[in-house]
Amino acid sequence: MSTGPDRRILVVLPAWNEAQSLPAVLREIADHLPDVGVLVVNDGSADRTSAVARAHGVQVLDLPFNLGVGGAMRAGFRYALAEGYDVVVQVDADGQHDPREVPRIIECLARADIVIGARFADQGDYAVRGPRRWAMRVLAGVLSRLAGTRLTDTTSGFRAAGPRAIRLFAVHYPAEYLGDTIESLVIALRSGLTVEQVGVSMRERSAGRPSQRPIKAAIYLLRACLALGISLTRRREPSLAAPEPVA
Amino acid sequence: MKGYLFALAGALTTLAFMFELLRRRRLREKYAALWISLAFVVIVVGAFPGLLYRVANLVGISTPLNLVFFLGLLVLLVVSVQLSAEISSLEHEAQTLAEESALLRNRIERLERGPDAELSPLPPVADPGPCAADPT
Repeated sequence: MSTGPDRRILVVLPAWNEAQSLPAVLREIADHLPDVGVLVVNDGSADRTSAVARAHGVQVLDLPFNLGVGGAMRAGFRYALAEGYDVVVQVDADGQHDPREVPRIIECLARADIVIGARFADQGDYAVRGPRRWAMRVLAGVLSRLAGTRLTDTTSGFRAAGPRAIRLFAVHYPAEYLGDTIESLVIALRSGLTVEQVGVSMRERSAGRPSQRPIKAAIYLLRACLALGISLTRRREPSLAAPEPVA
Repeated sequence: MKGYLFALAGALTTLAFMFELLRRRRLREKYAALWISLAFVVIVVGAFPGLLYRVANLVGISTPLNLVFFLGLLVLLVVSVQLSAEISSLEHEAQTLAEESALLRNRIERLERGPDAELSPLPPVADPGPCAADPT
């Protein structure tokens, strides 16, 4: 794994109808991360997401219809693999992730294949209550044991992947509900990759709100546990990361 | 006796209908196979009603009609589950095609921008899904 400063870094923004918030995010990335490649994956948007991204001069992948974050990210990983990037950083296009945190996340990639920018690790003021919080606790507990390290925010979409993880995810990246967060971690851990987390501060989403209503939260809990249970009992994916010995 | 003739007529009609759909290539053989074999079963039972009584006796169902209903429901359940699985694999294929078309489109755009644009080799084809043959 190369850890030098010459690594090629790609920021991938899966975007579904984010024409409103995208310009601010892209401007921030250009200001704070001048040396990275930027790829907007337009996930079948009905608005001007694609045009806005093109106007900013970044690379764009236009998916013909909505695939969800999982499908958008797999396309991003495949692009990264083809173009020879060493690091993929997933950043939400809605502006809740601060690009200034990206260097800190990438720094941790020296020790792990995947680094999660965690919301609860004593930074920022992101608060979640009720069943949704319990769900996150349960998921974090199980995945922490699997990873052998403390993970507190397994559903965070703010994460970085190193070369081995890129090779794995370019082929196996689940498109199911919550697959892009929980199941992808399970697949990675089972393939022998390592996961770590870094505390980051998050901002309020500039558009849209996470659901906090009890019934919705309960459904979220059930679906999350189902997703976790199924992916844990699933047969191991044929490992892509294994054949290449880590020098 | 009328009831059995009715069933027989129904099964024969189904058979003819399936055959016609296959002939016009509206239906693929693997989906028609089940319905055709089902129609054959109904034809056999319609022609020899005694068979139904004997099978019902064998499995301990006192009303033969209930056996018919039970088996009918079972077949419908299996078919709908199989169709769900079939749809899932279609969705998987559609996803891969969507990603592929987006990646190719991006490539074409870069090629159009300049003939000497630097292009790397194409990425590997993604996960072919659970139904595809294992790569060796």
